[in-house]
Amino acid sequence: MTEKQALFEYLLRLGDSDMILAQRLCELVGHAPALEEEMAIGNVALDLLGQARSWLEYAAELEDAGRDADALAFLRNEREYRNLLIVEQANGNFADTMARQYLFDAWHYYLLQALKTSADDRIAAIAAKGLKEVTYHLRRSSAWIKRLGDGTDESHEKMQAAIDEIWTYSGEMMVADEADQLLQAAGIAADLEQVKQQWQAHVAATLAEATLTQPADDSYMQTGGKQGYHTEQLGFLLAEMQYLPRAYPGATW
Amino acid sequence: MVQQHDSKLIATDRLWPAGTRPSTDAIWRLLEEVPDPEVPVVNVVELGIVRDLNWRDDTLEVTITPTYSGCPATHFIEEEISAALNRAGLTNHRLVQRLAPAWTTDWITEAAREKLRAFGIAPPEGAASKRTLLGEDPEVTCPHCGSKHTEQVSEFGSTACKALYRCTECLEPFDYFKCI
Repeated sequence: MTEKQALFEYLLRLGDSDMILAQRLCELVGHAPALEEEMAIGNVALDLLGQARSWLEYAAELEDAGRDADALAFLRNEREYRNLLIVEQANGNFADTMARQYLFDAWHYYLLQALKTSADDRIAAIAAKGLKEVTYHLRRSSAWIKRLGDGTDESHEKMQAAIDEIWTYSGEMMVADEADQLLQAAGIAADLEQVKQQWQAHVAATLAEATLTQPADDSYMQTGGKQGYHTEQLGFLLAEMQYLPRAYPGATW
Repeated sequence: MVQQHDSKLIATDRLWPAGTRPSTDAIWRLLEEVPDPEVPVVNVVELGIVRDLNWRDDTLEVTITPTYSGCPATHFIEEEISAALNRAGLTNHRLVQRLAPAWTTDWITEAAREKLRAFGIAPPEGAASKRTLLGEDPEVTCPHCGSKHTEQVSEFGSTACKALYRCTECLEPFDYFKCI
């Protein structure tokens, strides 16, 4: 694997994770439990979509094969998608949505913080910009973990069940493969071992304050999303997201 | 990006003959007539969206920066800037997007902050560079009655750049321009 191939993979992973989570959150527009939450969810989705565009535009330029960011978003199939498994999981109830969001936000926050000093100037610029937005995402999602965890008996029970359910998809965020290692050695990618430690500290503190029990350290972790092996959830999501540009190629309005 | 586009928002009577190279000072003043599409009381210059103006031979290079990564107004703002330049006769221009340094509310001028307040939007409190965002809630002044007794309703508001607040004294809800 050359450095250019690794970088293309890395950019797709960043862009795809942002975009798939944005698409999931958009499903809640019109269905959120309260108007304020609907606006918040829509805003978070918008930030993530904007960041996805920045990553995918860079990926497309790097690839230089006649594909633009839209082609990458709408004309790739499941196996070509490089997003983390956690972001493609269904919204479930509000506790499920916030558990997924929080575990991702905490990782995203420390990841972008590390990428701010990437040896690749463009990655550093996109990360610095995104970090300002993700700071707000993390503030909101961690507040919901505490509010629901340390709320009523019912909200506590649902929040605990949500954390237990999504936990198996959290480990993949911290697993480095060949592309990660190659770019980390070049000072371009984040050190996932460091991100893991920061993430674990944040999650441990938040769950403790929320009176929630953290699942066991040796829990079985699902992996594969970064390499294109996805859960069955992704196909349905892509079918909806990609329908229009595939049914009407080149459509504009 | 050079395009012909009829703006609905701006009217300017400035017109430079083809081939002239007006000073960048004059062009800054022209762009001060381009309002932000979401908050039309402030313009794109005082919001800090236009970062730089440079003549590269006969082409004017306009450097702009997006406020938020996903701000849907970014493209519209680019079109408005382009339209204003075309209408003033500066058809030979190019818009360049710059991400770093990332846009910050610290770049919003004092005059623009006052205009926001008069419009009913609380301007950002404090400086983004001097405070950590995590875990700290700013003291936001109600733009309607000036009371400091306000509370946050939601971290996110009607646009990406705003949060939703409520005044516990005059009871009016209002938007707060988030400090980033």
